Amino acid sequence: MSAGTGSDNLPWWATAVLLPVINVVLALIVSAIVILAIGEDPLGAMWTMVQGALGTSEGLGYTLYYATSLIFTALAVAVAFHGGLFNIGGEGQAYLGGLGVGLVCLAVGDMPWYLVLPLSVLGGAAFGGLWGAIPGYLQAYRGSHVVITTIMFNFIASSLMVYLMVNVLIRPGQMSPESAQFDKATFLPLVQDMAAAIGIQMNPSPLNFSLFLALAACVLVWAFIWHTRWGFALRTVGANENAARYAGIDPKKVIIIAMALSGALAGLLGVNEIHGVQHRLLLNFPAGMGFTGIAVALMGRNHPAGIVPAAILFGMLYQGGTELIFDYPSISRELVVVIQGVVILFAGALEHMFRPALVRLFTPKPAGV
Amino acid sequence: MNFFRRAACAAALTLSVVAAAPGAESEKTFAPAIVFDMGGRFDKSFNEGANQGAERFRADTGVNFRWFEITNEAQREQFLRRLAARNAKVIVAVGFSMAPSVEKVAREYPDVRFTLIDGVVDLPNVQSVEFAEHEGSYLVGVLAAMASKTGTVGFVGGMDIPLIRRFVCGYEQGVKATRADAKVISNMAGSTPTAWADPTRGSELAKSQMDRGADVIFAAAGQTGLGVLQAAADAGKQGIGVDSNQNHLFPGHVLTSMIKRVDVAAYNAFKGVMDGTWKPGHQRLGLTEEGVGWALDENNRSLITPEMLAAVTKAADEIKAGTRHVVNYSDKDSCVY
Repeated sequence: MSAGTGSDNLPWWATAVLLPVINVVLALIVSAIVILAIGEDPLGAMWTMVQGALGTSEGLGYTLYYATSLIFTALAVAVAFHGGLFNIGGEGQAYLGGLGVGLVCLAVGDMPWYLVLPLSVLGGAAFGGLWGAIPGYLQAYRGSHVVITTIMFNFIASSLMVYLMVNVLIRPGQMSPESAQFDKATFLPLVQDMAAAIGIQMNPSPLNFSLFLALAACVLVWAFIWHTRWGFALRTVGANENAARYAGIDPKKVIIIAMALSGALAGLLGVNEIHGVQHRLLLNFPAGMGFTGIAVALMGRNHPAGIVPAAILFGMLYQGGTELIFDYPSISRELVVVIQGVVILFAGALEHMFRPALVRLFTPKPAGV
Repeated sequence: MNFFRRAACAAALTLSVVAAAPGAESEKTFAPAIVFDMGGRFDKSFNEGANQGAERFRADTGVNFRWFEITNEAQREQFLRRLAARNAKVIVAVGFSMAPSVEKVAREYPDVRFTLIDGVVDLPNVQSVEFAEHEGSYLVGVLAAMASKTGTVGFVGGMDIPLIRRFVCGYEQGVKATRADAKVISNMAGSTPTAWADPTRGSELAKSQMDRGADVIFAAAGQTGLGVLQAAADAGKQGIGVDSNQNHLFPGHVLTSMIKRVDVAAYNAFKGVMDGTWKPGHQRLGLTEEGVGWALDENNRSLITPEMLAAVTKAADEIKAGTRHVVNYSDKDSCVY
């Protein structure tokens, strides 16, 4: 089936909008069947998910808060992907990035947040970037495959954080391995407070200034990949390493830079989670967002314009799914993971399933058939 | 071609989703709620203990309760707040990780009562329940030292956090006090929350400890501990269970269980608010309060000799009377005794 490879004459909106919508809807239908099978009302459940994710200012806040983290980790995957690298280490890079953010916030004392933000961004990017650059170096100069090493680095990051939190950074005299709280002056402003300042009432949610940082990162990544020489070198190495070398590009250098940038973007998740929400260092704050970022990047076709809606969709699944468990005690949290998995399956892995059908639909029929 | 049929289905679903109305929410006058930590409601250990207490309350009083299992950090605050906003009269928060979120939400809802298990928050509407795990662990340490033929006993912890170090520290003191030359081999199953849910790893660690001579192994590791007990039973050695009474799992091969009465804490919180006897403040449930202890039932009675029973009863009495002091790891963040 050569029709599925993209060399067909589908209008752009069919590829960009219609196909993803069909896939998501199909995923929802399959999910509805599963919900029906355990004896719940699928329409009510779906409505609870949609309503829970978008219907209230609190739900919307949580949806966008999850989306913020996912945008960072998905951009990380996308940058590496354009360089032909599959970065599975977003989780570990985000973990270390959060450490960098936390150390900055603990060190600055009572500096106002707008002065702390550039520093915490630098801290998160530096720590995450370093954690990405090491597998990058190993890939470029030692031939250790980046998929293997980044997975390993997730475990190293986790162990390192546990060691630091339990033995070094823990606030003395408490059970939970958490650092002292940051100074209130350093807290990133919450969107609910920003909205209140212009007269809009929002219920409490962790959505904070990092959302704007994430959107800015999208623009910067887009400009970097498609409108700079560095980005061109990156895409060239990704497309064909030998051709890149022939063209005078040093693939080794590009690989390390791509992985460092990728890690830096993942590390910015720490700005959202640590600087924006938790206001202290703790364990497990990436909460799998580094892995979900892979699915978001896949669904968003590794382009910032696709990543933002995909991240919001996954934010909706997280938040709406949680509301679903809350309102339907018979629906377990594992079932919500199933629903998320089905969406990933249809929107990511099977994205081309309906393409041939759509192509036939849009291609004018030859005369006489 | 069935594409159109599917597309029609899709359109129908979308329309009906928009048309469906949200389910109405009815609240009873007395609404207790419980928020479980990431291990989940049925972890056969700590969270399940709290669940048993809540279920017993439901059976005794016929009053239903709401519950929620959190899956990430942000949800702690979100659902404590949600339950408080939906007129829960009392919310039991299970696990020390809930402490910062309870503190925040309890300030926002001063009329809602919170019971925090395993953590401490000082607010007029929060009841903090902690357990003296080191005391219970000391007692099973005494039993382990006396039951061991090799003079080497093992400990398998879950995630390496201060709470579990409190267990191992108390255990070690009990062992050494009974048999000064005994050796304690200690391992933690891991450094991430998966360490609570990895029976295979628990079984591997237990086997490696048995290879090094251990013949009694104390597992304080949630579901991971089940693997430890299994491995010990398979090898004909003895394990020690934790949190709930796990003696029945492998009769004859579980020496005893270090019991932590999380169920009592949860039950009392619900019942206390219902009866109006609930009090805020700090409760420390140790041997004296029967918050911790060791399990003796028909499954392990043959394993406990009269000498062991005498020694452990003496130790328990002395700890209760204050004449025998067990060092709590959390006091100095170190196990020096």
